[in-house]
Amino acid sequence: MTTPTGGDRSLVSPQAVRWLWLVAIAVLALTVAGDLVFPPKGKFGIDGTIGFYAWFGVASGVVLIFGAWLIGLLLKRSDDYYGD
Amino acid sequence: METEVTPLAEPVATVAEGLALPPGILLIAAGLLLLALRGRLRDGVILLAPVLALALVWLLPEGGALGLPYLGYDLVLAHGDTLSRLFGTVFTIAAFAGGLFALRQERHAEMVAAFVYAGAALGVVFAGDLVTLFVFWEIMAIASTMVIWLAGPKARGAGLRYVIIHLFGGVILMAGIAWHVSATGSIAFTDLTESPAKWLILGGFMLNAGAPPLSAWVADAYPRSSWSGMVFLSAFTTKTAVFVLMRGFPGEAFLIWIGLYMIFYGIVYAILENDIRRIFAYSIVNQVGFMVVGIGIGTEMALNGVAAHAFAHIIYKALLLTAAGSVIYMTGRSRFTELGGLARTMPVTAACGIIGALSISALPLTSGFVSKTMITEGAIGEQMFVVWLLLTAASAGSMLYAGVKFPWLVFFSKDSGLRPTDPPTSMRTAMILLAVLCIGIGVVPGALYALLPTPVDYVPYTGPHVISKLQLLLFAGAAAFVMLRWLRPGDTVTLDIDWLWRQWPVRAAARAPRRTPVQATSEAMHAAYQRILDIVYRAHGPSGILARSWPTGSMAFWATLLLGAFMLLYYLG
Repeated sequence: MTTPTGGDRSLVSPQAVRWLWLVAIAVLALTVAGDLVFPPKGKFGIDGTIGFYAWFGVASGVVLIFGAWLIGLLLKRSDDYYGD
Repeated sequence: METEVTPLAEPVATVAEGLALPPGILLIAAGLLLLALRGRLRDGVILLAPVLALALVWLLPEGGALGLPYLGYDLVLAHGDTLSRLFGTVFTIAAFAGGLFALRQERHAEMVAAFVYAGAALGVVFAGDLVTLFVFWEIMAIASTMVIWLAGPKARGAGLRYVIIHLFGGVILMAGIAWHVSATGSIAFTDLTESPAKWLILGGFMLNAGAPPLSAWVADAYPRSSWSGMVFLSAFTTKTAVFVLMRGFPGEAFLIWIGLYMIFYGIVYAILENDIRRIFAYSIVNQVGFMVVGIGIGTEMALNGVAAHAFAHIIYKALLLTAAGSVIYMTGRSRFTELGGLARTMPVTAACGIIGALSISALPLTSGFVSKTMITEGAIGEQMFVVWLLLTAASAGSMLYAGVKFPWLVFFSKDSGLRPTDPPTSMRTAMILLAVLCIGIGVVPGALYALLPTPVDYVPYTGPHVISKLQLLLFAGAAAFVMLRWLRPGDTVTLDIDWLWRQWPVRAAARAPRRTPVQATSEAMHAAYQRILDIVYRAHGPSGILARSWPTGSMAFWATLLLGAFMLLYYLG
């Protein structure tokens, strides 16, 4: 077992976060550019369009997080709610 | 939805060549033997027994073996085929990894229960008939309850709720089996979609799968087990349910919608959750949901996908739970709000946890990628646009709670101030073994595909497929980071259907009018007296059960129940 001691915030420092976002944006752009190299072969039409999985990934993520937040407003309770 | 259903098994009653020893019995015997062992000998049995069981899995001949004639029926205690062998293989791998991880567990009885539990799960997948299946099904319920209870006093309530629900499921299953046997005269475990007792048997199976409306038992009970217990619990109960659903109900279309509900239920609750292991409990329901959808689709591709995903899931879920268990073992904490920044001092655990997180998210080069996408491909093959769209959204959803929330909030993010080291060697080795398997299956999927029930015509690594999956997951991950504030849980729990039996009775009692102790005692005694009178009257009154002849179906039910009890005693003896 351990006890809390000092801090280490290297990965969440503003500078590191800025660099991480730059790298992430570059990688995200590369994956969309990949559609040009390997044209998508959709089975339903919409999935054959350039960048479909990119925007659908974002949309799914946003809807699920927001939806969960709404459900949480109704169903969340303090963690000692059940007393066990 | 009309689909071409692929039969996975034929009723077989012939004895073929090979070593016909049930692998499950070996693990159960090894578990009981552990009661008498200590020290290195105990450790040796823990590590050797799953290896021997794995050997038996592969030595078991194709077709029925080790029959036991009883009351005109041929019970088949060990029935080997491709599907049984696949599940048997991964169950023994899980037992080995779980045993290795738990070598430092001080509550030695937990390993006894865990091995009996694992052995019973093997017994289910090699059961050649419904009676044998039921006996092992119930042993599994009892042994898994012991695994939960042995975590200590805090697990007693959850363990009690767990065993009540599973015994209830057992009663439903037993009634269904008795009805099926009395109606068809056959105890063979094969396609049951046309059975008159279909809904009862399906209900019993679905309860163990964590299907609605009782999905809550998974997140209620499993996280109450010890840091090592949940590794075992995650592997067997829900996956034997997947196995029997594959065997008994392939192509049952309504399972698609049940599975989709499970998928999104798991994602939403995992996003809201604050406890690492409760997240992975919800995640079990989420991932089993994918498998249930695949069973509902029922085509060759979908069923191969289900089998492959069950195999991959057991391994990456064990990896995630060994990583989570290591964090809990080393820090004594399991809430996200109390953790963070552990990667620097727990690099091996962090690396293994991330590999598990990427596997469950189905990133290319991991096991989830080569298995989960087969189920989606099954939906595409049947032109199920809505199902495909929802499965694709759900794949992105797995990235939110498993790919981002778990590793980021535990290993990076804010500094919790905790400075634990990686866990001891045996625990590290178990994690590394599982991580290697996750990557190995992802890089060389042919080895897994060779084990699947039917020949595989699927190539996961094509340019467009890899690019589309990377886009979906990385963009969903980016959305999660942008909305990270929304993913950070507070010190909360999320109400579920189990509120009805955990909290509602307490509130109802609190609202009841207050009485003096004398009044309360008098009323309780009167009520008890009245209940006894009612029971006696029901049995002995003019229309009582003892005043009329018993129907044949009822006799068949009790005969089968007694037969089950006899088999249980036979195995234990």
